[in-house]
Order: sequence, then C-alpha cells, then structure tokens
Amino acid sequence: MQRSAIEAEGVTKRFGKLVAVDDISFKVDGGEIFAFLGPNGAGKSTTIKMLTTMLRPSSGKLYLAGHDVTREQAWARKSFGIVFQDPSLDEELTAYENMELHAALYHVPKIEQPERIIDLLKLVGLSERKDSFIKTFSGGMRRRLEIARGLLHHPKVLFLDEPTLGLDTQTRNVLWDYVRKLSKSEGMTIFFTTHYLDEAEEIAERIAIIDHGKIVAVGTVKELTKKTKTKTLEQAYLKLTGESIRDETSDANDGLNMRSAMRIRSLRG
Amino acid sequence: MQVLSVLWLRQMRRYLRSRSRIIGSIGQPLLFLLALGYGLGAVFERAGEIDYLEFLVPGIIMQTILFSSIFWGAIIIFDRRFGFLSELLVAPVSRLKILSGSCSGGATISLIQATTVLAISVILGFRAQSIWVYIPALVIMAILSLALTSFGAALASSVEDFQGFQAINSFVMFPLFFLSNALYPLDSAPDILRILASLNPLTYAVDGLRYVLLGASHFSIALDVAVLLATLVVATMFAVRQFNRIQI
Ligand SMILES: Nc1ncnc2c1ncn2[C@@H]1O[C@H](COP(=O)(O)OP(=O)(O)OP(=O)(O)O)[C@@H](O)[C@H]1O
Ligand SMILES: [Mg+2]
Repeated sequence: MQRSAIEAEGVTKRFGKLVAVDDISFKVDGGEIFAFLGPNGAGKSTTIKMLTTMLRPSSGKLYLAGHDVTREQAWARKSFGIVFQDPSLDEELTAYENMELHAALYHVPKIEQPERIIDLLKLVGLSERKDSFIKTFSGGMRRRLEIARGLLHHPKVLFLDEPTLGLDTQTRNVLWDYVRKLSKSEGMTIFFTTHYLDEAEEIAERIAIIDHGKIVAVGTVKELTKKTKTKTLEQAYLKLTGESIRDETSDANDGLNMRSAMRIRSLRG
Repeated sequence: MQVLSVLWLRQMRRYLRSRSRIIGSIGQPLLFLLALGYGLGAVFERAGEIDYLEFLVPGIIMQTILFSSIFWGAIIIFDRRFGFLSELLVAPVSRLKILSGSCSGGATISLIQATTVLAISVILGFRAQSIWVYIPALVIMAILSLALTSFGAALASSVEDFQGFQAINSFVMFPLFFLSNALYPLDSAPDILRILASLNPLTYAVDGLRYVLLGASHFSIALDVAVLLATLVVATMFAVRQFNRIQI
C-alpha cells in the first residue's frame, strides 16, 4: 500500500490556554494538490509549522511519507520545501545571494546553481534586479523572490503558506502554472493555504476547511458544495465557517502575523 | 562544506557592508586603551610597577573579542525578528552545521576587530617579545572568538527579543570583563577579586595571551590553553542545545 505523503493523526497545538489546532486528522496522497482554507487565526500556519518541524505538536502524530516528523526531524527536513507566510529573506543580501544561500542549504549541485537561479529569477521577473539588496525591494518583489527561492530545489512535498498574498495577477498565474507542472511532472505533493477561494477552486484537487483549530470539512469542491447544499465553493465556505469576522483570535496576536496584517491593510488601500 | 562556507560568507558580507559597525566596534576598545593605558599608566609608572600599557594590551584585545562576539549573537534575534531564522531552521542541514558556519563567521569578525586593535597598539608603541609570537597569539585569539560567539549564540537563542538579550548581557558581559585580569594584575589584587577572576574563563584567555606576547603570566600556559579549550567545548554544547530548542 502506498503511504500518504502527509498524514496528521489527532494533532493538537496549545499556546498557553489558547488551542490553536484542535485534534485534527487528515491525509494527503502523493502527488496531490491539497488546499487548506480557513479564516484568520484558524490554525493553518500553525499546522504547517508543525509539519515542517518549526513547532512541536502538544499531542498527536504527524507523518511525511510515513516518517514521524517530530521524531525524525532531520529526515523530514530533507523531504519538504516551504514558502512561509511571514517574510524570511535576508534584507542585507542581494536577491542572487539569497538564492545562492538557499541553493547551498538544499544541496543543489554547485555547477547547476547559476543557471537554475537565473531561470527562476526570470520566471518571477526579477533577473534584472538580481544584484539589488532586498531592503530596496517592494513587498510584492520580496514575495516573488520567496516564491522563486521555494522552487529552487524540488522536494517531495512543497508547502506554500499564502504564497500569492500581495502578488499581482500575472505573477499568480505564473506561479500556479509552474506549481501544477511540477506536481504533474515530478509527482510533487503540494499543500497550500490561501484566502482566495477562486484560486483554491481552480488549483486544488482536494480542500480541507479549518475553523477555530478544527477541520470542519474535507473533500473536492463538488463534495463540499454537495455536502453544504450550495452552488459555489465560496458559499460552501461561508456556510461552514460563518459570516463573522475573526477579530478576537487573529488581531490580538502581537505582530506574529504582522506581514499578513500589513498586506491585508495595503490590499484594502 | 559548501553549506559552511556559504553561511560564513553571509556573516562576512553583512559585516563588511556595515561600515558604522566596523568603526563603532573598534572605537570603543581604543578608547579603553588610550584612557586607561595613558591615564593609569602614569600612575603605575610612578609606583615603579610594570609597564601598564604593555600589560593592558592583551586585556583590551580579549575585551574586544568578548564584546564583539557576544553582541554578534544578536544576529539570531534579528534573524528571528525578520524571519530569516525560519529559512535556516527548516533547511535539511544539521543545527550544529548551521551554528558552526554562522559562528565561524562571527568569530572571524571578532578576530578582525581584535587584530585591528592589536595593530593599532603596535603603532602606539606596543612591542611583543618577538615577531613570531604573533602567530600563536592569533591562535589563542581565534579560539576565544569561537568560544564566545558560541556563547553569544546560546544566550541569544535563550531569549525572545533584543531587550531580553541586552538585559542578560549586562549581567554577563560586564562581570566577565571587570572580574577578570584584563585590567589589573592578579598578584596584587584583593583575595575576593583573585578568587572570582580565577573562576572566569576570560582570565585564562588573557593570561595565555600575555604569556605568548610578553612572556609573563600568572598561571601556566598549559592550564590557560586547557581552560580555553574546555570553554570552547562547553560553549558549543550550550549553543547547540539552546539553538535546538528554538520554536518559532
Ligand atoms: N507563537 C504563538 N504564540 C501564541 N499564539 C500563537 C502563536 N502562533 C499562533 N498563535 C495563535 O494560534 C492561532 C492560529 O494561528 P495561525 O497563524 O495558525 O492562523 P492562520 O490560520 O494561519 O491565520 P491567517 O489566515 O491569519 O494566517 C491564532 O489565534 C494565533 O494567535
Ligand atoms: Mg497563516
């Protein structure tokens, strides 16, 4: 039997009294494109952080290709790539230097590095700015570079935490085309989160909806609309998660999600 | 190997691009050297004691390394604040390697600064017992730099933010400096100071450097080197442990 690429079994994460992730279980098959949807503060990033060894679960088990993430951290880190929701570039280095550092950290052979780096910088339209310092980049340019960096090596599982936040439409299309190609040609498993439901609808093969740390539904768009007796993913989503704004949980979080807050603010103008 | 060199290079690039940091971190030890060396030097001379400037130079060199190395640890806090630490922590590279690469960069920076201070001391009239002793002197300086950058990294990994780091620092850095033999000879120090200083690893580093440069020391050079190496091992273990515990 083929083991699931990603598997969570009764995973809970507490921060003091707050239960950020509450006893969730799910499976993602190898080569699948899987979306994690949910309101601000629902626990999406926390789940990704646990899957990528940045946080330890308070209880429950997480597996990547059958390997326990908490116990075999080194193995886990060899198997995934990630684009974080929050900024993660070295501001004092240039775009190229950031890419080069990543390539070395992920053991991309030295002779292949220059070509791959330039190709990806071209893909996201940054090749002309490769020698500029990150501190001179706009928010969207930084995000593009983070995307390019995330695609530099080809892991078995790629986590994308709100990869398109703040990106223009062109870059978004380029990203999703590329990701779909990777998933097809290399059988790469994609696990992403987004607040753009149309994106999830178009790209994801299956979707999990998480709210207040609990998974409230999993399935294809069809299954979700059928289950909720609605017509579109958006209607299904709103029916499952309610119409109210999640201020009490998301905005109180002392700047941890500062980038998203800033981006949302800038999106709103 | 490429991982180590790239992490080292990152530290060097950041350092060489920040001119204010370079000047600021050398200015302060020079101030100590001039104020204490010339000010107190005159006092010591009148008392018919040692050549104080000569005595002071190894102390100030090690002080440069102490401050520079521990402050360097703050990079971990900034990397955490600006998110780059996540990139390092999820990479398929052992934490020991990430620390070794980064700390060797930090240690190189300390060594550059300490060497600059030493060079300026020579211009000001400092003379070692021979030209050749500068080589073992650099080795001792390098070991202390590595040990203290690891120590700085360990402290920075243990706190959440820069304020916390500074609070710890004032309880660590200044006592390490003042309760050592950097500024005064142990032979003539009061008992309590002598006891405290002999519990302080920095004392042995300064003593070892004095032995090498001037041929005079309080302890034996074997003891100095042994304590210095033990400090390096303990500091590295402490750093790996604290670094491993970071959760984001
Ligand atoms: N390090 C932390 N310490 C304390 N609470 C935290 C921490 N990280 C996350 N939380 C809390 O956990 C909850 C889930 O946060 P998480 O970042 O997983 O949400 P999210 O689903 O990714 O939301 P968003 O769409 O805003 O990115 C929030 O209430 C948040 O305040
Ligand atoms: Mg999030």
